[in-house]
Amino acid sequence: MTKTVSDVICPFCGTLCDDLEVVVSDDGKKILEVLNACAIGNEKFHHAGAEDRPKRPRMQQPDGSYKEVSYDDAVEYTAQMLAKAKKPLMYGWSSTNCEAQSIGHEVAELVGAVVDNTATVCHGSTLIALQDVGIPSCTLGEIKNRADRILYWGCNPAHAHPRHMSRYSIFPRGFFTGKGSQSRKLFVIDPRMSDTAKLADYHFQVEQGRDYELLQAFRTALKGEWLPDTVAGIPKERIYEGAEVLKSGRFGIIFFGMGVTQTRGKNHNIDAAISLTKDLNEYTKFNIMPMRGHYNVTGSGEVLGWQYGFPYCVDLSRGFARYNPGDSSSNDLLVRGEVDAVLTIASDPGAHFPISSVQKIWNLPSVAIDPHITPTTEVSKLHVPVAFVGIECGGNAYRMDNVPIDCRKVVDPPEGMLTDEEFLTRVLKRVKELKGVA
Amino acid sequence: MEAGKNHPAYREACGIIELDKADFKRLGAWPNTNVRVNSAHGTVVVKAVPATQGPHPGIAFIPMGPWANRVINPYTYSTGTPTFKGTPIEVEPAQGEVVLDGIQVVYEVVRGGKK
Ligand code: SF4
Repeated sequence: MTKTVSDVICPFCGTLCDDLEVVVSDDGKKILEVLNACAIGNEKFHHAGAEDRPKRPRMQQPDGSYKEVSYDDAVEYTAQMLAKAKKPLMYGWSSTNCEAQSIGHEVAELVGAVVDNTATVCHGSTLIALQDVGIPSCTLGEIKNRADRILYWGCNPAHAHPRHMSRYSIFPRGFFTGKGSQSRKLFVIDPRMSDTAKLADYHFQVEQGRDYELLQAFRTALKGEWLPDTVAGIPKERIYEGAEVLKSGRFGIIFFGMGVTQTRGKNHNIDAAISLTKDLNEYTKFNIMPMRGHYNVTGSGEVLGWQYGFPYCVDLSRGFARYNPGDSSSNDLLVRGEVDAVLTIASDPGAHFPISSVQKIWNLPSVAIDPHITPTTEVSKLHVPVAFVGIECGGNAYRMDNVPIDCRKVVDPPEGMLTDEEFLTRVLKRVKELKGVA
Repeated sequence: MEAGKNHPAYREACGIIELDKADFKRLGAWPNTNVRVNSAHGTVVVKAVPATQGPHPGIAFIPMGPWANRVINPYTYSTGTPTFKGTPIEVEPAQGEVVLDGIQVVYEVVRGGKK
């Protein structure tokens, strides 16, 4: 007999779907089927049961191969490394639960570490912009029930957040949006004819790197002011038309992604996007929301926020919290050689950081905590495999609209495997001993 | 990618560069052959595939991953975020060369001292 676990949360992307059903074997050890998830979510659940998954920590040998070690040795190595370091970097946190994050921060305080999360290569510029100009936002539920103007700017949910459009933005029939996609107008701003753009009522194929100009042009058009014949490759007539359609809606939302946060201009682009939202509120109700990638990067920002007042790049090395992106951010610290040990958890900087930063991780004492084998684990001195949060253990995560959702455990982790939380708790205990605090 | 980054599927998905039809002509390369991508920041071999979300002549696209990160602009301009988009590149055919897997493409630099 199999069992079906319902209302399972998908621990993959920031959409944090909460309607999955997972069929597990009778002994509660194997996942047999996953219903309702998109292809990526599905794969994540199935990968958890992969045969070739490492089950014990692995230490890199001088010849570059890896040797299995016990969790006790791994705790000892990690604690020693952190306690000895002058300024260690503790990076990642976006694919684990808030409970583990909180314990990690306690360790960071004791050893004077810099805590940074994946926003640093993703929506960091968004966080800078919203500290500058604020953010008028809402929840995904409100969008489903009310939004009739939807803009995806520099993001491609068809691939990165596959169920975002069907659950929240374009297709669902909400309370005031009974006709589903027919009652909504979809705008996509993207230099490519992306698969999301193919669904759009209005696709603005902005020239790469000219988002700032186009955002400001929309603001100008809203006010009916003069525009040059083309802006960022878009004829002015289309910009005026687009501005009118946005204005005429009852409830609008701008979703934006890496296409704006990582391009030239960065936080200034977001600044302009938020200002456009603000301007649109002169005419109708408009909101803006970043398309957060990892399922709990938002949670990391929240936990850091309530503990230290800053959402990422938190430098605790002086005994109090400092925040200065560009100075206390992972890539800047690594490239400048200002950290002397690196702990990564629940993220993959080996794949997602510029190679010059990865080189630095390779040269330093380093620990990677991750269920998978990734480029990060393979450049780190110690790899600690852990249970999958949201599959093999529960815990809290924040959806991209800052709604906290409790993840569920659906199967047991492989025998003897620790969770992020358990591993960090043991490291914390050992660090306390080493530092002589009770 | 959730199937594992040490598996060939990762290379198939991210060790590629999407080129516009017009750019294939300019380059003189066939679709689905290997090319070398050079920028001011590094060099990497990837498989050139026809863009599925085009047309966008002059713009090439390498998905986020270790291949892209060998050529992108690492400078953060004091924002903390490297400049992942809009890096000027040159592409040349590289028929005899292989596309490394997700781990080896990192090792080639960090262990091998390549740029
Ligand atoms: S859209 Fe995101 S959260 Fe939802 S099933 Fe797919 S990967 Fe999981």
